[in-house]
Amino acid sequence: MQLTVKNLKVSYGNIKALHGIDFSIEAGEILTIIGANGAGKSTTLRAISRMVPAKPGSVLEFEGEDILKYNTDKVVSKLGISHVPEGRRIFGNLTVTENLILACFARKDADQIVKDRKWVFDLFPRLEERKDQLAGTLSGGEQQMLAVGRGYMSARKMMLLDEPSMGLAPLLMLEMFDALKEINKLGTTILLVEQNARLALKFAQRGYVIENGFLVLEGPSNELLNNPDVKKAYLGA
Amino acid sequence: MEALTEFIPYILQNLINALQRGSFYAVISIGYSMVYGVLMLFNFAHGDIFMLGTYIGFGIATLFLTLFAGFLPGPVIFIATVVITMFLASWIGVFVEVAGYRPLRSAPRASAAITGLMIGIIFETGILILLGAKRLSFPPLMESIAYNIGGVYFTNVKVLIIILSLFLMLALHTFIQRTKWGMAMRAMSYDFLAVPLMGVSINVMAPLTFAIGAGLAAVAGILYGQAYPILDPYMGVLIGWKAFVAAILGGRGSIKGAALAGYLLGFIEIFVATIFPSTLRDLIAYSIILLILTYRPRGFFGMEHSTKLRL
Ligand SMILES: Nc1ncnc2c1ncn2[C@@H]1O[C@H](COP(=O)(O)OP(=O)(O)O)[C@@H](O)[C@H]1O
Ligand SMILES: [Mg+2]
Repeated sequence: MQLTVKNLKVSYGNIKALHGIDFSIEAGEILTIIGANGAGKSTTLRAISRMVPAKPGSVLEFEGEDILKYNTDKVVSKLGISHVPEGRRIFGNLTVTENLILACFARKDADQIVKDRKWVFDLFPRLEERKDQLAGTLSGGEQQMLAVGRGYMSARKMMLLDEPSMGLAPLLMLEMFDALKEINKLGTTILLVEQNARLALKFAQRGYVIENGFLVLEGPSNELLNNPDVKKAYLGA
Repeated sequence: MEALTEFIPYILQNLINALQRGSFYAVISIGYSMVYGVLMLFNFAHGDIFMLGTYIGFGIATLFLTLFAGFLPGPVIFIATVVITMFLASWIGVFVEVAGYRPLRSAPRASAAITGLMIGIIFETGILILLGAKRLSFPPLMESIAYNIGGVYFTNVKVLIIILSLFLMLALHTFIQRTKWGMAMRAMSYDFLAVPLMGVSINVMAPLTFAIGAGLAAVAGILYGQAYPILDPYMGVLIGWKAFVAAILGGRGSIKGAALAGYLLGFIEIFVATIFPSTLRDLIAYSIILLILTYRPRGFFGMEHSTKLRL
């Protein structure tokens, strides 16, 4: 297993967001965690990238290393886990290119950085057309592309994606998930959390369902897609 | 006609004085503004960092003048003093961040403000204990040459103060626009919480920002010492507050704004003093600023800011 999560507990002050969840991902896999608003999806990703502290007793291991030893910037630069956060969080006062350059802050492989940028621009040609524009002037869809491109540039053993479909028009959504497939083909493990359960389960190989901070179901995507409870609660059928 | 030929040099004269005074405010207030922009924190110890920087500059200048005055040309001693003081003073900035503010990163902002004031008092008292209450006199780092062009009187020192300050601000601007550290600082001022996801360590960026602010303040101290050669442990208090005012007036976090507001402060102070009795200078000057802020509460350049201060 590339990533192992055991008994992960997170609280925000008095609010318990995660009650001790367990899951794991294999290298190269596409895994999704689906759940309603407020179920704890974003918190799960934030705990992995160390943006929120995990409670004592939580186990987070990546390729045999204890993630809890590292700060967020080192989870990205040393462990190779990138996090594309909820709401994109691109730097609106920087240009598109600057956003991509900043993502390589800790990288020293200058040649590969140039190649990667070219690859991102090939993946999202619209970004290249707007490369000298301030990122704040991009449309929502373009900002999401930039957020994904930026994540890919920052680290690529594993990518944590927080609702990349949010706010996208249906066509753009499909385009986005095609791009994510491309990224996965090059060997990046993908952990996707989504409210859009149908889209996520069609994209992923395996899935978990999260409810009120507990993982309640697990299985191959097609099983979950056909599970009556999942259908009723998340697929609107 | 007669009146005009006297009036213009008079204005120019005051303009030069205003530029000089504005240079100090501009360079010091940039340090305030940068730290706020990057870390959302007003470093109320900044005035006292300026004071310490001036003392370090004093020490280095005195040392170099005693050692090398005979054989090294004046400009070399001057530049060496500036560079070495800047380097040493930047470590004060690092110290203040690491020891003072880092432990409080997730504490309420008020704790940080109080800590800043306390650090300032510690620095003042520290100097008082170390060097006593007597005032020291900053040695001139170059021979002052006076010029008189068409009735406008100025010295080479004044020109140097104005030009060196401008140069420093341009250098900083280039650093912020062109380097990856500058890029990270700009990104932090937009969305602090997302920056670590780019592999950027806040524990590198925060001390770096403080170091730059402290280094600039120390150079301002040396220049200040050339213009007003008296040092005392409380010299940073008033000028620190004025630089804070300039940082607010410039628009929180805007370096451009802080520089501009610093100059404006210099102009207002000097020109108010030409019209009103000097005892009323600060009262009137800062009433004007209060008035400006009433109409522009966010200052000149209210910062572009992501609203997402939560995760
Ligand atoms: N920054 C925060 N401060 C306090 N509570 C939070 C914060 N972020 C999330 N929560 C709470 O934690 C729970 C899980 O939130 P989250 O992980 O964002 O859910 P999801 O991403 O599945 O919508 C919710 O009850 C939410 O209100
Ligand atoms: Mg969420």
